[in-house]
Amino acid sequence: MSMEKDTLQQTQTLDEMLIGQYRQYKELISENDTPHLRQIRENAFQVFEKEGFPHSGTEMWRHTDVDALTEDDYVHELKAPVVTENIEDIFQCDVHDFDTETISMLNGWYTSKTGDLKTMPDGVVVGSISAAMKAYPELFEKHYGKITGSESNGFVQINTAMMQDGVFIWVPDGVKVTKTLQIIKIINRKEQLFVQSRNLIILGKNSELSLMHCDDSVDHQASLVNTVTEFFVDENAHLELYKLQNLNDNSALINSTFIKQMANSTIKTNTLTFNCGLIRNSIHVKLDGQGAHADVLGLYLMDKEQHIDNQIRIDHNVPNCTSNELFKGILDDEASGVFNGYIYVARDAQQTNAYQNNNNIMLKSTATINTMPFLEIYADDVKCSHGATVGQLDQEAMFYIRSRGISADNARMLLLYAFAADIINEISIEPLRQRIDDMVKKRLRGELSVCEKCVLHCGTPDKEYHFDIDLSQI
Amino acid sequence: MLLNIKDLTVAINGKEIIKGLNLQVNKGEVHAIMGPNGSGKSTLAAAITGRDGYEVTKGEIWYKGQNIVGLEADERANMGIFLSFQYPVEIPGVSMTNFMRTALNAQREYRGQPNIPAGEFLKLMEEKKKMVDIHAKLTKRSVNEGFSGGEKKKNEIFQMALLEPTLAILDETDSGLDIDALRTVAKGVNELRSSENGFVVITHYQRLLEYIVPDYVHVLSDGKIVKSGTKNLALDLEEKGYEWLKEEAAV
Repeated sequence: MSMEKDTLQQTQTLDEMLIGQYRQYKELISENDTPHLRQIRENAFQVFEKEGFPHSGTEMWRHTDVDALTEDDYVHELKAPVVTENIEDIFQCDVHDFDTETISMLNGWYTSKTGDLKTMPDGVVVGSISAAMKAYPELFEKHYGKITGSESNGFVQINTAMMQDGVFIWVPDGVKVTKTLQIIKIINRKEQLFVQSRNLIILGKNSELSLMHCDDSVDHQASLVNTVTEFFVDENAHLELYKLQNLNDNSALINSTFIKQMANSTIKTNTLTFNCGLIRNSIHVKLDGQGAHADVLGLYLMDKEQHIDNQIRIDHNVPNCTSNELFKGILDDEASGVFNGYIYVARDAQQTNAYQNNNNIMLKSTATINTMPFLEIYADDVKCSHGATVGQLDQEAMFYIRSRGISADNARMLLLYAFAADIINEISIEPLRQRIDDMVKKRLRGELSVCEKCVLHCGTPDKEYHFDIDLSQI
Repeated sequence: MLLNIKDLTVAINGKEIIKGLNLQVNKGEVHAIMGPNGSGKSTLAAAITGRDGYEVTKGEIWYKGQNIVGLEADERANMGIFLSFQYPVEIPGVSMTNFMRTALNAQREYRGQPNIPAGEFLKLMEEKKKMVDIHAKLTKRSVNEGFSGGEKKKNEIFQMALLEPTLAILDETDSGLDIDALRTVAKGVNELRSSENGFVVITHYQRLLEYIVPDYVHVLSDGKIVKSGTKNLALDLEEKGYEWLKEEAAV
């Protein structure tokens, strides 16, 4: 079967196209599946077939215009094409002092010259999800599709039904991964692509993992990326997750992350959104073991007509868990944002301590934000607090800074940077913190659009840039 | 003449607060501006330093031979005008050290000087910190964040000491200060007094003027200077209050 036949491009809506594609190529799609996986696909497909994608009338999607996305024409590849470009060129990364183990995904396909699945010297297993499902059927049976839960939407269903590739990471019990793993996903195609990727990341008992997940585009071609990632964080395991999002203004990213935490585990996620036409990040943390803690943080810097939608849900299912949510955003021009912070505390989840905050600075009156904290609490001995602020730059502070001789532009930069620094300072990997720090400064100065090759090129910019003020010591 | 304010009228949201004010300050002089609440003292400070929203509807403010009406606040600061705020602003996330280095370098750039080397800046900071007895760790914190009232006012004087302005306006620097802090602040100001700079000290009370002895005292009432005199005028005001001046003005 040739590639052309697998690739459909028609004037129908995306869900119609995908339903047709699934029916026609079902055998091809599930050719590597265990019976267990095949059943999961089929179940998800049936739900999708009935319900389709969420639309403007769906309550949880009310403020994010998905209709325009799902009514567009896309190319959706069911098998990896033969790559003609030089992979090394595309993923070139010149960062000297930030030593990561990189996992590359090109247009949604796992690309590695070292093979599809490998065991690193410290014991961590890294590879393509399609290779891993054959190699570790028992892990898949135990975790795959279990963490997403039942209330997932059409994007998750169709990802589950048709997923072909993605990243698999297994950190066995007791393994502490010292080198940060970095997933770099790049979209680089002439056609308008619909890309699905599916990741499964398992942290065994007493293990540690620090992971960066970078979504980038190389050119200005539009794409729609639909990613679903499941994390299982076993007892006393510790996960740090950094999501860097820097795509072109024509791209849309639907990112659904599900994290299940067992007793005394900790996670810290930091979602850093620098550029993209439309992004929806849904992060659903399930605190299923006592003593678990989740820090869910994020920063978004949007302008032009960009749209950011952060949907954060934290389930306190058992007693004695703590969670801390902080999302900060700066919106300029006609940019729009949504923040929905949902904290659920189950009936017996006593001694829950949950904190949630969303702060926004609107640089123009044309920018908009919808921020919606939502608490659903069924236990009586809990501490939950939430807050949201939407404001302009503090004019008192502006005058104070300017009265010392600092120009209006620099005063503005100083205040915006200080606002963002709360999140940047939570990055515990120092070289990464410096890079992000750099990127935020450049972004605030309007000097950063899409990095030419990789998000980490910010450390070695092509053109020299100059700050009138030294912000590095703030 | 360092500062020459001619027939100044200032309005906020269309409402006139300063109504035809004249004031001359020469180098080497300290002028105290006293007056009851609402007389326009802080408005005068804001108008001289170029705060947005304070509209000069009439008159001129000459400073170093230039009418500065219409210039931006930062440009006025770069020309050597400093305002010690009545209510210093907290700026979370911006460290004092960096704020001051940024400000100092902005002013140096304006004067065509290169940035101050990091080592030299730290030395300068240490020196000025001692002058106002400011706690060493305060400069590592965010600007004014969590500072006590006294620390905030000392911090204003510390900034003034670092920036070495030619014209300093102290807006109710004594408010909220205990006697020890007041002495420290006054000591800082007195050390900075020279034949090359001038001070405008805005205050409610005579108390500050015992420590910062003015050359002239002006009484501001309803947007105008209604009486000027020497430091003895402040003592009269302390004794008799402001009412007798209003009566005198009404005659």
